[in-house]
Amino acid sequence: MSTVTVFVPKDAAAISVGADDVAAALSQEAQNRGIDINLIRNGSRGLLWLEPLVEVETPSGRVAFGPVARGDIVSLFDADFLSAGDHVLGHGLTEDIPYLANQERLTFVRCGVADPLDLGAYETQGGLVGLKKALELESTAITEEVTLSGLRGRGGAGFPAGIKWETVRKEVAEQKYICCNADEGDSGTFADRMLIEGDPFVLLEGMVIAGRAVGADTGYIYIRSEYPYAIRTLTDAVSRFEQAGLLGENILGSGQAFAIHIRVGAGAYICGEESSMLESLEGKRGQVRAKPPIPAISGLFGKPTVVNNVLTLATVPYVLANGGKTYSEYGQGKSLGTQPFQLAGDIARGGLVEKVFGVTLRELIEGFGGGTRSGRPVRTAQVGGPLGAYIPESAFDVHMDYESLSGSDAMLGHGGVVVFNDSVDMARQARFAMEFCEIESCGKCTPCRIGSVRGKETLDKIIAGADVEKNLAVLDDLCVLMTDGSLCAMGGLTPMPVTSALKHFPEDFGSARQAVE
Amino acid sequence: MQEPDEKKAVLNICQDHDNRPEDLVEILHSVQDLAGFLSDEALREIASCINLTRAEVHGVVSFYHDFRRAPSGKTVVKICLAEACQAVGCDALKEHATQALSIDMGQTSSGDEVSLEPVYCLGNCALGPAVMINGNLHGRVTPEKLDALVSEADS
Repeated sequence: MSTVTVFVPKDAAAISVGADDVAAALSQEAQNRGIDINLIRNGSRGLLWLEPLVEVETPSGRVAFGPVARGDIVSLFDADFLSAGDHVLGHGLTEDIPYLANQERLTFVRCGVADPLDLGAYETQGGLVGLKKALELESTAITEEVTLSGLRGRGGAGFPAGIKWETVRKEVAEQKYICCNADEGDSGTFADRMLIEGDPFVLLEGMVIAGRAVGADTGYIYIRSEYPYAIRTLTDAVSRFEQAGLLGENILGSGQAFAIHIRVGAGAYICGEESSMLESLEGKRGQVRAKPPIPAISGLFGKPTVVNNVLTLATVPYVLANGGKTYSEYGQGKSLGTQPFQLAGDIARGGLVEKVFGVTLRELIEGFGGGTRSGRPVRTAQVGGPLGAYIPESAFDVHMDYESLSGSDAMLGHGGVVVFNDSVDMARQARFAMEFCEIESCGKCTPCRIGSVRGKETLDKIIAGADVEKNLAVLDDLCVLMTDGSLCAMGGLTPMPVTSALKHFPEDFGSARQAVE
Repeated sequence: MQEPDEKKAVLNICQDHDNRPEDLVEILHSVQDLAGFLSDEALREIASCINLTRAEVHGVVSFYHDFRRAPSGKTVVKICLAEACQAVGCDALKEHATQALSIDMGQTSSGDEVSLEPVYCLGNCALGPAVMINGNLHGRVTPEKLDALVSEADS
């Protein structure tokens, strides 16, 4: 029997449920049985409820088994899983699992397929095609391609990437920067982490392309300290890119220079806000800057700077390789391309679902997600992170794109979907939104710094049943003030989860029901 | 760590960064990684190396949740308390942990054994409740599993 290749992810989520143990046990058992296997630690496919997901390379494709525990290894060998033998944990061909087969993976096309640090595999699977094209193009042609693609910032704000790039490109300056925002602090989101751990080269490739497009020779990746696994993979990936001449003074002999530095955050949610991130990159307190000037004009160290999210930059190689027009043929309206949605919270099949914009929330939660993990009825989902709206189950037919969501007083954010069952207390969730803002506010502007504290106190009174109607009026007033008066999205959007909870679940706010309506 | 050694180590770290003030966050990370926390002496040294006032350095240290001014316990247990983990019962896990260790979140147990810390998202939102123990991530953590993991890390 020839050596069989077996994949066990080294993604942090997979490791969190035992992937390292499984990999060790698998090697040991193979050795005990005198079988040679080629064990590859890949990234995650994003079918997180099946982690640790073990895959076996067979002549007809990769076959999946999961979730595998250490104790399952002997029975897997007994069932001859190396020849795709039948086993209770078997799922057939990985690519045919409906969860994966029904996605449109453009940004995540390689994630979880190979060893994330195998540059040869990266190239074999289509990597570097975009970069090589970009190195032959004039800078304007690159920004035009990105503009044509319709790609919008995937960090949350949704600003067209091509326009941002073109603004930086046109600035005349000795030094410009590309800053990648990998400070993925929103609860319910993990796409940046998964991509960095599963296909880091595509992010680096996107950054080099961005540098070429705008005339920047230096890039920073600001990654949060809560992601130690991703930091290690990314650090190794940058070294390999450097060794291969894909970073440095003369990239692939083109004369193009680009360097990438990794900077680790220090546990401040606000540093996901772009101007706060720039302050932090300058070694300062992560306090937001007033705009204007926008970072494209005056960003890092006062120089013209492209600030993009991980997913935005990681999508650029696809756009260059396949053309902006091809990318723009996915999606609807002004929401073009695909969005990596993340299904989280109380959900049976949690994971990463990259879909064309326009899929409904119901399709994501019920179709892909399979309802709750607990088996209780779904009551609500918070979409778009801690600053996003709580959407009631009755409104799950909303289309998941920028415009449809904002038309429903909600937002896409970074594409996180957190499912709650019927045991959730929405007054407590509203209170938490204010509390989180209190903990994480940078303190620069008053509506956010003090409004969040007053909001929490007022919700405490409402929860305790004290002067409920009066306090609801105070809360309402406070929410308007924070929305209109805050310097950035932290204070400006904290009211969104609060007001959506009040609007859709007034019964959770005690006798306040009529006051709300 | 003995004081002259720490002073030298801090100087070296600052020198590795060419005493650049814009590298302050990096320098603080490195010093904390080495010494376990940021002492008054270390901050004074850093401020003098990179030509900032102690107030400026203090401002940065106090802004970020990661930086500690006192040593942590041998085992640092970070429990995610953000929404995705709330949806699957992190509050009960937190209650269990604080009772079992007889400390509140943000405190260290007697004998400097275990520090309990809140964290707002570990990026393991599909497999919550999520906990990080000494830098290792764990998913679907039940109270029983937490007890086992803590005693394993502590032993």
